[in-house]
Amino acid sequence: MTDLLKVRNLKIGAHVVPPQGKPFDIEIVHGVSFDLAKGRVLGLIGESGAGKSTIGLSALAYGRGGVEITGGEVSINGRDILKGSLGDLRKLRGHEVTYVSQSAAASFNPSKRLMDQVVETCVRHKLCSRSEAEARAVTLFEKLGLPDPQNIGSRYPHQVSGGQLQRIMTAMALCPQPDLVIFDEPTTALDVTTQIDVLAAIKDAIHDTGVAALYITHDLAVVAQVSDEIMVLQHGNTVEHGETGQIINRPKEDYTRALVSVRSIEHEEKAPTDAPVLKIENICARYPGLSADVVKNIDVELHAGQTLAVVGESGSGKSTLARVITGLLPPHTGKVIFDGRPLSAELAERSKEDLRELQMIYQMADVAMNPRQTVAGIIGRPLEFYFGLKGAARDKRVNELLEEIELGPEFRDRYPAELSGGQKQRVCIARALAAKPKLIICDEVTSALDPLVADGILKLLLNLQKIEGVSFLFITHDLATVKAISDSIAVMYQGEVVRYGAKSKVLAPPFDDYTDLLLSSVPEMKLGWLEDVLAHRKMESAGN
Amino acid sequence: MSRIPTSALIGLVFTSAYFLAALFAPLIAPYELGAIVGDVWEPMSSEHWLGTDGIGRDLLSRMIHGGRTTIFVASAATILSFTLGSTLALTAVVVGGWVDMLLSRFIDLIMSIPTLIFSLVVLSVVPVTLPVLILVMGLLDTTRVYRLARAVAQDVNVMDYVEAARLRGEGTRWIVFREILPNTLSPLVAELGLRFIFMVLFVSTLSFLGLGIQPPAADWGGIVKENKEGIVYGIPAALVPAFAIASLAISVNLVADWVLSRTTSLKGGR
Repeated sequence: MTDLLKVRNLKIGAHVVPPQGKPFDIEIVHGVSFDLAKGRVLGLIGESGAGKSTIGLSALAYGRGGVEITGGEVSINGRDILKGSLGDLRKLRGHEVTYVSQSAAASFNPSKRLMDQVVETCVRHKLCSRSEAEARAVTLFEKLGLPDPQNIGSRYPHQVSGGQLQRIMTAMALCPQPDLVIFDEPTTALDVTTQIDVLAAIKDAIHDTGVAALYITHDLAVVAQVSDEIMVLQHGNTVEHGETGQIINRPKEDYTRALVSVRSIEHEEKAPTDAPVLKIENICARYPGLSADVVKNIDVELHAGQTLAVVGESGSGKSTLARVITGLLPPHTGKVIFDGRPLSAELAERSKEDLRELQMIYQMADVAMNPRQTVAGIIGRPLEFYFGLKGAARDKRVNELLEEIELGPEFRDRYPAELSGGQKQRVCIARALAAKPKLIICDEVTSALDPLVADGILKLLLNLQKIEGVSFLFITHDLATVKAISDSIAVMYQGEVVRYGAKSKVLAPPFDDYTDLLLSSVPEMKLGWLEDVLAHRKMESAGN
Repeated sequence: MSRIPTSALIGLVFTSAYFLAALFAPLIAPYELGAIVGDVWEPMSSEHWLGTDGIGRDLLSRMIHGGRTTIFVASAATILSFTLGSTLALTAVVVGGWVDMLLSRFIDLIMSIPTLIFSLVVLSVVPVTLPVLILVMGLLDTTRVYRLARAVAQDVNVMDYVEAARLRGEGTRWIVFREILPNTLSPLVAELGLRFIFMVLFVSTLSFLGLGIQPPAADWGGIVKENKEGIVYGIPAALVPAFAIASLAISVNLVADWVLSRTTSLKGGR
């Protein structure tokens, strides 16, 4: 077997020019080596900042955003591409090696028809005539399971869905019949129910065309379905490299083990108490100027000291529900009963006490904190605002809260830009806790975080619930999170709650169709899961 | 304090020289403002560093006294326009609704009238005194600042941290001055440098046209006006204020650039 891609002691660095002070060089990837044979799929996995995308792009001899390949050797079909001229690289890129990016929506030119973009590289590289290329593209569309393969190419990018766009991008990458395709998080931006179809399409296409692939992702369960071997990366170093089965079932390194066992938090469901802290009665709401309801007839309740998970795909109305509860979007029917008293629909009419007892944590911690305020200022403000704490008393309480979120007083004077993603989210949690609330609405609080960091945040939240007795309304699209922390679950689909009850009841059969689809679409960390699910679904639809 | 870059240092030196000269004009200027001390349009000499003007007054002394007036009027008008413009804009954005609509359309209305013509009309009917001049210039420029500040603030207003402050129950004043204003500062500071120079030019233009600073008081625009005939005979007196305005413009903006680079840093570099 000949090696298609050979990477030896690859070093990648960047030249950093800070606004003040002297420019300096940093090394991002510290000598990574691997081989990839024809027709094999290598999964590159790691947290953000591990260097996986950077390594992937090095197979195109490309450094993104000021990143430079500083040492080592990358050869494709026996040629060292790092020594090639720009002209040589041009022949390589888009012909021998192609690339599928994370956000297809941002990568397509919105003003050109899809077909023009799919065949562009073939035609540019003079690999075949335009009509041949189009015929190839149509075959690929068919293979990737796109609807109406003959005509879909004449549409514009905004006329197809996100999942379809991602598949068209895969067709674009496969059209010039490359030897190697780099998939850079191709399913990360998709909903789970869409992800499974795209994943299956990509997998089939890889097998049918016999192309080799580098599959970059942070989700080990996803990569386990697609790849033959896996390389685990951390801080620009190889942690472990082996066959997929070995990595998943018998990881050797601690870090890999942590990745494999992530999301194994066990949470015992609590029995409902008699007084619900939040009761949502028959809520219907729509955005001003729209004629259709975004959420319809919502009827759920949340008990003190417990967690209600609201789960659904993007567009299911779960964040809108949060806006209704917080008063940002007054509903046109129904009411919200909070701690036994009805809440005014309008934010402006709520008492300070109501506002204090109902806090919110956002998905993007970066934009949820004022970048011009220090950590102490951010956490201290609710203390001063609600409790009138000043000076030393306020400082003391800020320090206590910092201890509670496991950060410590040395973080007091930092600005948000000086914190990592996980630390930012912790500060947001502290800000919510400072108000001593009865209920905290958590809107996708772990979605933007790496799995291990997200795990830490979930553990912290569970712990805080135990100590402070606060209730959480947890909005998420991630079922693993739901399993980890909730006591009761509401499944939302197109603005309605399709399934609601205690966790054990919601997650146990018999399922309704949508919940079944949702639950079975969550990738599991075992080999052959994708095939099992698809075979199962085929059987069911044949039975109907 | 980190190192000051060379460009900012040059800017700082010149800017502070101009402002110090303006502040201590009576002490620095070698002669009285209106004193006739020599012949008409004398060339530069050790006695009169910049020569004399059309009726024999010392040009350097007039430049220093004139600079005092120009810089004072321009600074006062800039401060007025920025305080008023950004406060109004931010309040309009935060309160929203008809307040925003009313204010913005009113500002649009004022902006649709050319500034110079507007000010000429106003200044020709009211007596031209320093406060009136500052008020007219400041208010007219408020419209420009308002437009910019409103555009920037609208971007900030939709951020989650502003929503978080609203959910906390914070009042309009806190949201305007603590949440939004600090995050709109960078573009506003950049604009400040530019606007100050426009103000210098504006007051000079008005004086040149005879509607600004009234004689016997002097300002840079007025000095150009008094000496413009000299250009025909190759006498550079009218170019001296022009050079002063240009060098002040560049140095102020070098400083503004430096302040800007410091305020854009989010890592506590202030």
